[in-house]
Amino acid sequence: METFGDPAIWLPWAFAALMGLSILIYVVLDGFDLGVGLLVPLADDTQKDRLVASIGPFWDANETWLVLAVGLLLVAFPTAHGEILTSLYLPVFVMLIGLILRGVSFEMRAKAPLTQKKLWNGAFFAGSLMASLSQGFMLGMYVMGLTWTLPHVAFALLTAVFLTVGYSFIGAAWLIWKTEGALQTRAISWAKGGIWGLVMGIAAISLATPFVSTRIFDKWFSWPEALYLSPLPIISGALVVFLWWQLSRMPLKNDGWSWTPFAAATGLFTLAYGGMAYSFYPYVVPEKITIYEAASAPESLFIILLGTLFVLPAILSYTVLSYYIFRGKAAELKYD
Amino acid sequence: MDTLLLSRIQFGANISFHILFPTITIALGWMLLFFKLRFARTGERKWMDAYMFWVKVFALSFAMGVVSGITMSFQFGTNWPGFMEKVGNVAGPLLAYEIMTAFFLEAVFLGIMLFGASRVKSWVHTLATFLVAFGTTMSTFWIIVLNSWMHTPQGYEMIDGVVHASNWFEIIFNPSMPYRFVHMMLASGLTVAFLIAGISALRMLWGDRGEDVKAVLRVGIITGAALIPLQILAGDLHGLNTLENQPAKVAAMEGNWETQGNVPLVLFALPDEDARENRFEVAIPNVASLILTHSLDGEVPGLNDFVGPDGEIMHPPVAPVFWGFRIMVGTGMAMLALSWGGLLLLRKYGASDMPRLPLYVFSAMSFSGWIATLAGWYTTEIGRQPWLVQGVLSTKEAVSDVPVGMVLSTLIGYLIVYGLLILAYIGVITYLARRATRGEVYSNRTYPRRGEAPVASLQPGE
Repeated sequence: METFGDPAIWLPWAFAALMGLSILIYVVLDGFDLGVGLLVPLADDTQKDRLVASIGPFWDANETWLVLAVGLLLVAFPTAHGEILTSLYLPVFVMLIGLILRGVSFEMRAKAPLTQKKLWNGAFFAGSLMASLSQGFMLGMYVMGLTWTLPHVAFALLTAVFLTVGYSFIGAAWLIWKTEGALQTRAISWAKGGIWGLVMGIAAISLATPFVSTRIFDKWFSWPEALYLSPLPIISGALVVFLWWQLSRMPLKNDGWSWTPFAAATGLFTLAYGGMAYSFYPYVVPEKITIYEAASAPESLFIILLGTLFVLPAILSYTVLSYYIFRGKAAELKYD
Repeated sequence: MDTLLLSRIQFGANISFHILFPTITIALGWMLLFFKLRFARTGERKWMDAYMFWVKVFALSFAMGVVSGITMSFQFGTNWPGFMEKVGNVAGPLLAYEIMTAFFLEAVFLGIMLFGASRVKSWVHTLATFLVAFGTTMSTFWIIVLNSWMHTPQGYEMIDGVVHASNWFEIIFNPSMPYRFVHMMLASGLTVAFLIAGISALRMLWGDRGEDVKAVLRVGIITGAALIPLQILAGDLHGLNTLENQPAKVAAMEGNWETQGNVPLVLFALPDEDARENRFEVAIPNVASLILTHSLDGEVPGLNDFVGPDGEIMHPPVAPVFWGFRIMVGTGMAMLALSWGGLLLLRKYGASDMPRLPLYVFSAMSFSGWIATLAGWYTTEIGRQPWLVQGVLSTKEAVSDVPVGMVLSTLIGYLIVYGLLILAYIGVITYLARRATRGEVYSNRTYPRRGEAPVASLQPGE
């Protein structure tokens, strides 16, 4: 425990990094499958089945990253877990109901009588919408320091819309990669229609964050930090331009480069997230509780970390295995 | 109603809804593996048909379990912030190990188990089925460790009012853990035994004469008949363990007010906490002493020992624990009678000519495992009150100060959604059974046996 210096310093840091990584993986992975759920009403009936098929083998594991992220918050930073979740009581409730509806209708729409299928398709969309909106809302409230004032709520409502549209964009990008023919063409137009959500979301949070706290402002606009930070907006801008250009000329011959919009969208999410993580560090509850103050006892963190070092590579490798087994264009979902 | 009671009801509602589905998936995973292995060994089509029918129920139950489980991980923070603040150093690592060793294993291999049969070799698919079943069992193990530790905490020290782990071996193998784990695994086995027997009986009543239905009915009855005596034994041992560690809970289960010998077994009563006595008591003399101490005049603790000098009540609410226990035991006895009766009928008539009456009874008992499991959990969890962690943290210390209206409105929201979903769940299972009865083909594929690759079924575009 002492090898890397004071365990009360490096252990919270390691757990903040692990938690951050889980949240990022969650946002990208469940982002695309929530996004696909949001696109369901836009597709016709046979396309709906294919949409669902494209996320079928993955969504469950994708949501487990949320459980891991919240779990790490719970186990590594228990006081922060209580503080954050009690102040987000209502949006958390909306998200949970949304995730429940979504997961259940996913199964039900394929198993219930055909006459009910419309209903479960509706529930699938509604659940995806509730989960996306509430996550965006929580993101906005978090940036605003988790205090419920009118301007903060207004800002959070805005980020709710942006994140939802952003999710629909990464969902469409996933579909461009995993589908073909007419559905792929539609996915390309959905992606063109959704990219603004991602851009506006990133812009809104980037504009608001430094002005909420002078500490973050100084971190951004002081020399030479501003120089180290500058690749973030530059690469993000380049990715947006690339996406714009790429989407306008898709679909390409022989399905060429169909993975690039998804990869670029993942890059954008990662950069935006990296920027946020940089801004808020070392706070886990913005401007109130640092990761060092909120951390559990070092002995407890150490025993979790030991397990993590063995288990996380295993999780990552069998997750990759699963994406490999279900590689290629999405096929009809069959149990046999 | 205050925030404390509403939060308790809300958490109770969430965890009750949640446990319904793991109770099915824990044992159904192993049952599916059994079907798959029987098929690999015998090559008989009926086992694959059985697999194909029940894997759908598994997929549905699993999804319900996952999404309702996500709720649990948030509710610790939204409703019970004091729990993690005080005992987080013990609870945290246990939950983390559950997520890392179990949740991901289940979730990732579930995709391969459900949709990968045509994409991987048969043995890989069997392995995926095994890993999913193994994952659900690991998950049970870790969560039972934590739950048992909340009943019988040890291996910790208090520093500045916060629990710190001092001995992980003692924490994991705390006194009630082995009993609770075995009791829960058997409960899951029984729930699935009666579920598969009941739904098969229903299909036979609807006129399904498929070989798979008869085979599953047999498997269900035999599994039920084999597990129920073990469960009664495990339950008895668990009760003795509780007597040692949580005497107030046992006093409430027995409806026994005074510590004394020759305590009767109360069959029926309405416990009255204000008068501190039982009304309308029907009891068999000495039997409670006999069961709990294995001697007719053995001393059994009474509830009145758990009232502080200032009148503070330190025992659980009596009526729910008393009745929860009786409902669990009653359901267990019905299971014993039905499964052993079913066994005799199976010997006499065989599955094909099973008379209609027992088939009706079996289908009526399809979800009896749920009733027994919930009643049992209510007994043990309400029986721990007023403690959240026995002797360490009281429930009212841990609750959040969220406004009453917020807890109440979200509680109503959860209840409506859960009620509708349970109806939809049972509705869809019976619908799947009806569709199968109509002879809908599960699959046109010819299944490969061990080691053969399903060449014919590669997807286009690969």
